[in-house]
Amino acid sequence: MMNRQGRPTAPGEAASTPVQTVLGHRGLDHEEPLIFELGQDGRSGVDLPDVPVIENRMGGLARKSPIGLPGLSEPQVIRHYVRLSRRNYAIDMGLYPLGSCTMKHNPRLNEKLARLPGLADLHPLAPVSTTRGAVELMGTLAHWLMVLTGMPAVAMSPKAGAHGELCGIMAIRAALVARGEGESRIRILVPESAHGTNPATAAYCGFKVDPVPATEDGRVDLAALKAKLGPDVAAIMLTNPNTCGLFEREIMEIAEAIHGVGGFFYCDGANFNAIVGRVRPGDLGVDAMHINLHKTFSTPHGGGGPGSGPVVLSAALAPFAPLPWVVETDDGFALLEDEAGESFGRMAAFHGQMGMFVRALAYMMSHGSDGLAQAASDAVLAANYIQARLSDVMTAAFDGPCMHEALFDDRFLKDTGVTTLDFAKAMIDEGYHPMTMYFPLVVHGAMLIEPTESESRESLDAFIAVMRTLAQAAKAGETERFVGAPHYAPRRRLDETAAARKPILRWVPPAPAAAAE
Amino acid sequence: MRYLPLTGADRAAMLAAIGVATVDDLFQDVPPAARLAGPVDLPAHMGEWEVEKAIAAMAAKNRHSGEMASFLGAGAYRHHVPAAVDHLIQRSEFLTSYTPYQPEIAQGTLQYLFEFQTQVALLTGMDVANASMYDGSTACAEAVEMARRITGRKRVVLSGNLHPHYAEVVKTLGALHETEIVQDAPSPEGGEDLIPAVDKGTACVVVQYPDVFGHVRDLSALAESARAAGALLVVAVTEVVALGALVPPGEMGADIVVGEGQGLGVGLNWGGPYLGLFAARAKYVRQMPGRLCGETVDAEGRRGYVLTLSTREQHIRREKATSNICTNSGLCSLAFTIHLSLLGEAGMTRLAALNHARAVQAADALAAVPGVSVLTGAFFNEFTLKLPKDAAQVVESLVAKGILAGVPGARLWPGRAELADHLLVAVTETNTSAEIDAFAAALTEVLA
Repeated sequence: MMNRQGRPTAPGEAASTPVQTVLGHRGLDHEEPLIFELGQDGRSGVDLPDVPVIENRMGGLARKSPIGLPGLSEPQVIRHYVRLSRRNYAIDMGLYPLGSCTMKHNPRLNEKLARLPGLADLHPLAPVSTTRGAVELMGTLAHWLMVLTGMPAVAMSPKAGAHGELCGIMAIRAALVARGEGESRIRILVPESAHGTNPATAAYCGFKVDPVPATEDGRVDLAALKAKLGPDVAAIMLTNPNTCGLFEREIMEIAEAIHGVGGFFYCDGANFNAIVGRVRPGDLGVDAMHINLHKTFSTPHGGGGPGSGPVVLSAALAPFAPLPWVVETDDGFALLEDEAGESFGRMAAFHGQMGMFVRALAYMMSHGSDGLAQAASDAVLAANYIQARLSDVMTAAFDGPCMHEALFDDRFLKDTGVTTLDFAKAMIDEGYHPMTMYFPLVVHGAMLIEPTESESRESLDAFIAVMRTLAQAAKAGETERFVGAPHYAPRRRLDETAAARKPILRWVPPAPAAAAE
Repeated sequence: MRYLPLTGADRAAMLAAIGVATVDDLFQDVPPAARLAGPVDLPAHMGEWEVEKAIAAMAAKNRHSGEMASFLGAGAYRHHVPAAVDHLIQRSEFLTSYTPYQPEIAQGTLQYLFEFQTQVALLTGMDVANASMYDGSTACAEAVEMARRITGRKRVVLSGNLHPHYAEVVKTLGALHETEIVQDAPSPEGGEDLIPAVDKGTACVVVQYPDVFGHVRDLSALAESARAAGALLVVAVTEVVALGALVPPGEMGADIVVGEGQGLGVGLNWGGPYLGLFAARAKYVRQMPGRLCGETVDAEGRRGYVLTLSTREQHIRREKATSNICTNSGLCSLAFTIHLSLLGEAGMTRLAALNHARAVQAADALAAVPGVSVLTGAFFNEFTLKLPKDAAQVVESLVAKGILAGVPGARLWPGRAELADHLLVAVTETNTSAEIDAFAAALTEVLA
């Protein structure tokens, strides 16, 4: 069938062999050079006024050498970064089941509000008389966090989850020093399943990290924990729900045990999203807990930050919190920047991640107390649905219901020649970002799937169908599908060993071409 | 609830597939005493416009920099951010992606990080840079920790003219490791000599460039003395735009350069999120904190990028990591990279020259105000005034005249009465000649 111009309108016999393209592009997937390999001297994407003629006053230190930046116009720069963007997976494109990372929907209202000039175009050292609304917003968010956690105080300045951990452990350290136990309490107990940041933080603060084993059912071994307790224990750092996606059933006994020997209970709040609105950490005996605003309260992950990690504190630890500190007065909220008292000091310049505070508060207000609890319920429901629908073809690491993430191990891949890594890469070909793999360390070949509350049932069903097919294909010996994966990504597997052996960490201009003879 | 796709029917079907009666059954591991009986005492859910109204009401209680003539600096600077920057960083693929742990489907993030690292290395004049830190102050504290690791020494010399927040962060973290911190009083008129303070037990000297009062000084002699003593020179740059006009610290012998990258692409945001820059000499790369992106090839031999040298990091090394840091300042580093790419060589040098020229004009205009003296002779875009009155009161009086005059000494050094009449003034390309004239006129009135 031909139209009047003779242009074929039916596909005919589509070519089946891959074509070598001229520039290496593959249709919509463009090969893109580095920005330094583009551009021309003298070109710029920004118009600036003429520089007034003045006598230079830089004390003889005016730059003598060029910086080495390429010159590009605005359309070139936009095209470059748009092309790069298309080489990323994103929540907005599909289910992003990274366990422990909580890739939930990022509402665009939050982005809009964070950009209101009254919040975004505000200098951190502007006179306090001009920033009362900012302090009110910070105080309002602090109030929500305290109510949701059942804790009496919150330090707002930590800039990310790991920074929050540092804040909590430093507050514990300061409290111990204040009661004369700074030298004697040198051990921090950390379960083997903990995030790497926990032992790193404890060690950074000068404590000896003492690992606590897990039980067969993926929880802290209470008997082993009790055996490790003593007068030299400063604290326990425990994630709850833990990194296996399980609620620590004996959490209150753990809290009682650590308090019984005069130690503190630090809770890694990375998984607070599973219980927000349904369980208050304050009721579990927690002394300090950081909250990753980008996980529980939807501030965007942004390809790796910025984060924000406020830390809720018990009354015993609150006096040692870092500056600045937001307080409620008869006259509204106020920011204390320099009343040191027993504070352990300042963790960062200025007042915290204001831009993230706005987004988190917008998310909280949008959900309300009812919606936050519903979000936690839906997240737990979705994870259990996945666990229930996949357990016959994959191997669940533990029996019983999970919380917000479902943990599988690699027993189902035994003798297939397919590893957890291969399985993950095959998911890329199927259009999914892989789940978290090889974490937590307590499970062999771990696959940690966190669907979040943002997925519809149709989306979950489609994902489940893909995972089932892949599991069956692995068992059926379709190894090539896995070991060669990904086949359909902008890049095949990358050589990380070579990258580490001889690190190339920046672009350098090519050496001038040798004379042509 | 607009963000939750599951319907009542979905939930019922899913519970049936799981084989439980209610969602409460899935929370059976929670001790009964800890289960909340009903919603916590907070407002119920709201529609978009209600949330917008509530938060906009808070925003309206602020007087933002765009409403007034702003001369605020001291670690955060108001520069114009091209519209393309904010548009591009809001693309879903950048905004809603995670840390690039699956490099095959994160080449977008990885390639811009590689470009970012290159740009930071070029601006600072250093060999390598990492994929960013939380902010300038935490980057500074991490640099001190790194110097301690490299030298095995515990004594750290801080310039008295280091931003007090930076110094406080260094001291807070230093207290964890029994770091001996030596710091003299601020020298608002400049001329501080740190060379005698450096000895064979010194891990590093930390100096700000330009310093907190705005002074620009040649650091070569200090670098040489530090090297002779086996100590490292750490240079902190709080205004990254300055590196478009000044000799970069790497050319003066710095071993580690940290900086606040907020001035390019990021905006003010009342202090955060910001962007920590971290650059070093190549030989120290394995002691650096934070993420690094490196070039490699894929299975077909095509160039690609991955996170690398992660054996320094907490998720691999746990308690033996170089730092507990996990995240970087991803989206802010992207904003920085795009802004700098738009500027290019010509734009960046012109932007910096414009900042300096406006600052010179402002310094001259304000020096002419009776009773006012300018304490900073050589500077980039920031200088210090000594006023005949308490600076905080002057600032407050000028707010009423639509001018954010600067940062008073008492805000940064609350305990130092001798700095109460000092005012830190920053001038950028966003300040017009008319604003500068208005500032000088209003200051004259207030001081009269």
